[in-house]
Amino acid sequence: MKIRIKFSKTGNLKYIGHLDTMRCFQKIMRRAEVDSAYSEGFSPHQIMSFASPLGVGMTSEGEYVDIEVLSTESSAKMMERINRVSVDGIRITGYVKLPEKSKTAMSMVAAADYLLTFDVPVDQQTKDAFAEFLKQESVIIHKKTKKQELDMEIRPLIYKTEFLQNEKGQDQLFLQVSAGSAANLKPEQVMEAFAAWRNVPEGSLPFHNHRLEMYADLAKENRKRKLVSLESLGEIIE
Amino acid sequence: MNKLALSEEILLKVEKPARYIGGEYNAVVKDPAKVKTRIAMCFPDVYEIGMSHLGMQILYDMYNQREDIWCERVFSPWLDLHEIMKQDHIPLFGLESQEPIKDFDFVGITIQYEMCYTNILQILDLAQIPLLACERSNEDPIIIGGGPCTYNPEPIADFFDLFYIGEGEINNLKLVDLYQECRAQGFDRKQFLMKASQIPGIYVPSLYEVTYHEDQTIASFTPVSPEVPATVRKVAAEDLSALCYPEKPIVPFIKVTQDRGVLEVMRGCIRGCRFCQAGMVYRPRRERKTEDLLKLAENILKNTGHEELSLSSLSTSDFRDLAGLMNGLIDHCNAQHVNLSLPSLRIDSFSLDIMSKVQDIKKSSLTFAPEAGTQRMRNLINKGLTEEDILDGSRKAFLGGWTKVKLYFMLGLPTETVEDMEGIAELANKIAAEYFDAIPKPERKGSVQITSSTSFFIPKPFTPLQWAPMCEMEEYIEKAVIVKRAMKNQLNQKRLSYQWHSPEASILEGIFARGDRRVGGAILKAYQEGCIYDAWSEQFDYEKWMGILTECGLDYHFYTTRERSLDEIFPWDFIDAGVSKKFLIREWKKAMAEEVTPNCAEKCAGCSADRYSRSACHGEHPVCAGQECSASEGSSLNNETDRMEENHEDQN
Repeated sequence: MKIRIKFSKTGNLKYIGHLDTMRCFQKIMRRAEVDSAYSEGFSPHQIMSFASPLGVGMTSEGEYVDIEVLSTESSAKMMERINRVSVDGIRITGYVKLPEKSKTAMSMVAAADYLLTFDVPVDQQTKDAFAEFLKQESVIIHKKTKKQELDMEIRPLIYKTEFLQNEKGQDQLFLQVSAGSAANLKPEQVMEAFAAWRNVPEGSLPFHNHRLEMYADLAKENRKRKLVSLESLGEIIE
Repeated sequence: MNKLALSEEILLKVEKPARYIGGEYNAVVKDPAKVKTRIAMCFPDVYEIGMSHLGMQILYDMYNQREDIWCERVFSPWLDLHEIMKQDHIPLFGLESQEPIKDFDFVGITIQYEMCYTNILQILDLAQIPLLACERSNEDPIIIGGGPCTYNPEPIADFFDLFYIGEGEINNLKLVDLYQECRAQGFDRKQFLMKASQIPGIYVPSLYEVTYHEDQTIASFTPVSPEVPATVRKVAAEDLSALCYPEKPIVPFIKVTQDRGVLEVMRGCIRGCRFCQAGMVYRPRRERKTEDLLKLAENILKNTGHEELSLSSLSTSDFRDLAGLMNGLIDHCNAQHVNLSLPSLRIDSFSLDIMSKVQDIKKSSLTFAPEAGTQRMRNLINKGLTEEDILDGSRKAFLGGWTKVKLYFMLGLPTETVEDMEGIAELANKIAAEYFDAIPKPERKGSVQITSSTSFFIPKPFTPLQWAPMCEMEEYIEKAVIVKRAMKNQLNQKRLSYQWHSPEASILEGIFARGDRRVGGAILKAYQEGCIYDAWSEQFDYEKWMGILTECGLDYHFYTTRERSLDEIFPWDFIDAGVSKKFLIREWKKAMAEEVTPNCAEKCAGCSADRYSRSACHGEHPVCAGQECSASEGSSLNNETDRMEENHEDQN
C-alpha cells in the first residue's frame, strides 16, 4: 500500500541537510512502529522516497515523502502516532493513501510555492523594479553544475509573484515557480537574476526561504497548467 | 524550539551546523529554575566521535535521572567554529540549554585517548574557564576528568580540579551530593576539594606533592595533609545488573561514527594480554545477564528507531552465554529488520555460523589480531592465539565462502628481532596458502586478499609491559620497512597487502602515556601555540611538538626509550587500579621469560582485582556450573590466601 506523507520542517531543523532528514525520517517511522515494507538483502531498508530535497537554511510546510506499508490505521491515528515520536521541528500534517499505480512524488513534482521573508525592508522602488523585471519576455541565467555550465531561460518558469507583509511587519515575497526534474527553479536563482538585472550586488536583499507547497501538473500536453497539491492525489484513510 | 547560542549567520557558515544545535530525539531538556546542579559532560573531540561514546551516554542518563541535576553535552567545536568563537568571544555552551558552561557547577571531561590533551585545553579556553586549576575561583565550575587516561592523569594534572578513577556509576552522585552540601554552607573551593579527596576513587592533584631524584625519576609522591589518602583506589561495580543503563539514548541528526544502538554485554577481560591497558584496569570481568540484555536491546531499538545494533565489550567471545545472547538477538533483529553488527569474535564454527547469518559473506572480511608474527612474541605478550588457531579459523572461513582476511599486528614490542618482524609476512603468506589448499581451483570465486596492518607498541601504565622501553623514530621506520620487504618476498605476495601507521603520533602518545606532571607545561605551551586536534593526523604537527618539548626542557627519551628499573616510582603508582604491582612485576618477568599465563577462566592469576567482585571471579556461573570452570575449583582457594597477603603488603 502506497502512502504519501506531508510534513513541515521548521525551526532549528533548517540546519539539518537532506540526507540527515531522510535518516531522521526512517528512525521516526520505526519509532512510530509504522508497518513499513522493507527491501530484501543483508541490510534491508524501508521503501521510502522524498519529493524534493530542501536546502540547508530553508524551512517548509510543504514537504512530501512516499512510503510503502503492509498495513495502516486511519490517517488521523497514524499522524498522531508519528507526531508523538517525531523530533521538534518535523510535524506530519497529512497522511493519505495513493492509488496503487501512482507515480512517486519525486517524479510528479511540477511546481512549488515559496515564501521569502526579507531581513531588511523592501522599498517601493525595489518592488516596482521587480514588476519591471518580470515584464521581460526572457530572463537568462547562467547555471554552473558539477558536470556542465549552461544558460537557462527562467522567465517562463516563474508562475506567480506577490509582495506581502507578515504580522511582524517584515516584507515578504510569494513565488510560485516550476519545480521538479524537468525544470527546477530555485527562488535564489530568481533573486540573483533580479539583482544582476538591477546591477546591484548579489545578496543585497537577504532573505529566509520557506517552502509552502509542492504541486503536480495534471494538464494534458500543451494545455494550460492545472496544478494540484501532491497531497490531493491521495485519499484520507478514515 | 530552543534558542541557539550561535547566530544563523555563523551556523550557515560552518561545516555541519547540526553539531551545535542540540534538539536531538531523547536529548534531555529541563527547566533551569527547577534544578540545583548543572553539569556539562564533555568529550574533547568532534561531535560525531563524542556521540559514539557509550560511557558518556551512561553518565548522561544517570545524572539526568536525578530531578535536581541537569546534565548537558559538550564537544570540541571544529576548527572553523573555533576561529569564530575565539574572534567573537562566544563562550562555549551546553548543547541542551545553549547556555555558557562557565556558569555550570561541574564540567566533566571524559579522556579516552592521550592525543586529545590539547583539545581539553581548547574546551576550557573556549568556555572562558582558567586553564590551570590553581587559577580558578569559587565561581568557576569544578573540572573533573574521567576515563582510561586517568590511570595516569599526571601530564594533565594541572588542568583538573579532580579526577574520578574508575566506573562513573559508583560515586559520581556522591560527589554531587557533597558539592550541594558545600554550596548550602557558603562554598569554599579548597574545602570542597579536600572533602572530595576522601571519596573513594577521587584524586585531587593539588593535594599531592611530588619530588624528584637527580636522575629525574620520582623520589616521593605524598599527600599534603593526613586526611588525604596516599593511595587512590579505583572504584568499580561488583555486579553490572545493579547499574542503570540508558534505554533512551540520544539519536543524533547527523551520521556519527557509531550510528547504532549499543549493548554493553560485559566489562573487563579475562585474557590478560600484557600490552593491553583496558584488559588490566577494567578487571574483573563482569557480565550482564542475557535476559537483561535482550530486554535492553528491545527497548533501545524501540526508543531510538535505530536500524542497527552492536555489542560492546573487550572480548565478546568470552561472554559465557554467547550462543543464547546471539540467537536471541538474531531472532529479534530479523523480526524488526535491524542489522546486527558483530563484534570481532574468535573464529570457530559457531562464530562463522553466526556471521553467515547476519553478514554478506562476499563483502565482509574476517579479522584476526595475532598482534605479533611469531609464537615466541605472542607468548611474550600473552596473546593466547596460536598459528594453528589462525590457520584453522581461516580455513574454516574460506570453506564457508569468505575471501578477505584482515590481520592486526604491533611492531616495537620488547626484545623484537628481525625474525619476529618477518614472521608477520610469513603468517600472512601461510593464510593465503591455506586458501589455495582449502579451495580447489574450479571453486575459487574472486581472489583471496590478506591485509596486514601494524601499529607501534606503546607501553601503558598498569600493564605488565609498563617497564618496557620504546624505540627511536628511525628504528620504527626500519621495522616497518623490514615487514614490507618480507611481504614482497612471500610466495603469495600478490595476495598480500600491508599498511603501517606512521610512528610520529605513537612517540607523542608514548610520552603522554607514561609522562609525569612536568609534561603538562609542554601541553599548555603547545595549545597556546596552536596545537589542537592532535588525534587527527592531518592536524598533528610532530615537528612543532618536538620543538616545544625541547623548549620546555624535556628530553623525550626519558619518557620513551629509557629502561625502567623495577624499584622506580612511577607517576601513576599512587593509584590502585585493581591489579597489584606485584602481579604486574610477576607478569613482566614472565613476559621476559616468554612464559604464558592462562586466562582468568582457566586459572586465577592472582591479580587481586577479585577484591571488586568475588562472585564475578570465583562464583559459579549458571552456564558453567558443573562444567569445566576452574575459577570455582578448590585450588584457587589457596591462591586467595596468598593474594590477600599480597594486597596487605601492597598497602604498606
